[in-house]
Amino acid sequence: MSNIITVKDMNLWYGDHQALHNINIEIPEKSITAFIGPSGCGKSTFLKTLNRMNDLIPSVKITGDIRYNDADIFGKDVDVNSLRKEIGMVFQKPNPFPMSIYDNVAYGPRTHGITNKAQLDEIVERALRDAAIWDEVKDRLKKNALGMSGGQQQRLCIARALAVQPKILLMDEPTSALDPISTSRIEELVMELKNKYTIVMVTHNMQQALRVSDNTAFFLLGELVEFGKTDDIFSQPKDKRTEDYITGRFG
Amino acid sequence: MLNQSLSPKRKRYEMTMKALMLVSAGLTAALVLFLLVYVLSQGIPNITWELLSTKPSYLTERIGILPDILNTVYIVLATLVIVLPLGVGAAIYLTEYASNKKMVALIEYAAETLSGIPSIIYGLVGMLLFSNSMGTCLMAGALTLVIMNLPTIMRTTQESLKTVPQSYREGAFGLGAGKWRVVRTVVLPGCVDGVITGCILSVGRILGESAALLFTAGFAHAVNGLITGLTAPGATLTVALYVYAKEQGEFGVAFAIAAILMVLTVIINFAATLVQKHFAKRRSI
Repeated sequence: MSNIITVKDMNLWYGDHQALHNINIEIPEKSITAFIGPSGCGKSTFLKTLNRMNDLIPSVKITGDIRYNDADIFGKDVDVNSLRKEIGMVFQKPNPFPMSIYDNVAYGPRTHGITNKAQLDEIVERALRDAAIWDEVKDRLKKNALGMSGGQQQRLCIARALAVQPKILLMDEPTSALDPISTSRIEELVMELKNKYTIVMVTHNMQQALRVSDNTAFFLLGELVEFGKTDDIFSQPKDKRTEDYITGRFG
Repeated sequence: MLNQSLSPKRKRYEMTMKALMLVSAGLTAALVLFLLVYVLSQGIPNITWELLSTKPSYLTERIGILPDILNTVYIVLATLVIVLPLGVGAAIYLTEYASNKKMVALIEYAAETLSGIPSIIYGLVGMLLFSNSMGTCLMAGALTLVIMNLPTIMRTTQESLKTVPQSYREGAFGLGAGKWRVVRTVVLPGCVDGVITGCILSVGRILGESAALLFTAGFAHAVNGLITGLTAPGATLTVALYVYAKEQGEFGVAFAIAAILMVLTVIINFAATLVQKHFAKRRSI
């Protein structure tokens, strides 16, 4: 399996405060990679660096090298909008736009120039099917998305992200605002999606990382402490700090 | 301890304060009511179809306020057409694009100061800036009102832009949307209510404005079309009210205009409340 993202010696500052120290990681294609660690350890910040969402915060400074399929994501010729089309994102809190279910999913394709109605219909249906929500919404595509339940909204947001056909899906604690049933549905969905997409997921829930991910990265105080196969990380961690965290000694 | 009643002195103090508050509240309500009843009772009997549909004639010595009504409509239209793109554009720039926060704060402060300046000063500036070059005309008046209402439109739009959740912007950026697309499709639709509220407040302000227009738009009472109207001098209802009351002693006509303006003001305030309620409801689904 080849690596789709390669990060070398990456550092990140919020103003004067260094939030990430010397991160090196290689993320394999078509797999699920989980980032775990206590609050404030930098895992979300790192996730948002991968599709340059941190560009929106003016005080952020980044050094080092991040490559997506061998291309430097901070390269001068890189269009950040095309990068985000390739590397989609699902946020912690479901954030559907205040428009119809259909328009939410069609937003991305329309942004990238698709206006043909038949083509849009097809993309919307496929994205909603891939996000395992088609059967629930097919009769109310014109209804406002804000009328859905939280779990449905999050799956809609996943469908919305899938509709631009990304290669990678970044998920920032996608189930932390949801009830247990919605959470397990999203987990099942994520495991199915890895056949087509590379998934990088931040989670607070170690059980979740263990259940769904192939590889796990443990972050602490802005450092990547350990990265490896999920089974190895949870059964025989190499670093004492990883062991302490997963056995619940702190966090 | 809890059952102990207040000392008589304390009780008297409480009673007095309560009475004073009641009196001031009653006085305020009575004043508004008196004004309303007085103006309407003096004005409404003087409102006739003839007054509304004719222009004043020196031959028949009859007064009609049709030109003033038209002038008011023209000046409101012209002002809004110019001030809306300017104010909304400035607000979008300041909230969504500008990265120099100190500059933004300075501009916001300036805008707030601007809205506190007495309107006669706007009139003076408008006269020197616009009327001197283009003559005394409705357009000069409208441009003066543009400067006056720019802060209102800008600030209400800005406040409304700030209520659009950041998560919407993130969601759209995350899909690869460019800045302008995010603003146009996600941010602007969320702040329509602010823009409409700003418009309604501005219309109210324009209707009530006299000082700034005395200098710039003139006093003529001719019936014109929109285009000629804007290039000719003309009085709005409020200015006409001043002229008829102060210079011609036509208090009947003045009160008729006052009654019309008062009803319009009530309608405008009502509309503003309706718009806000409508959008509040739409947001909560």
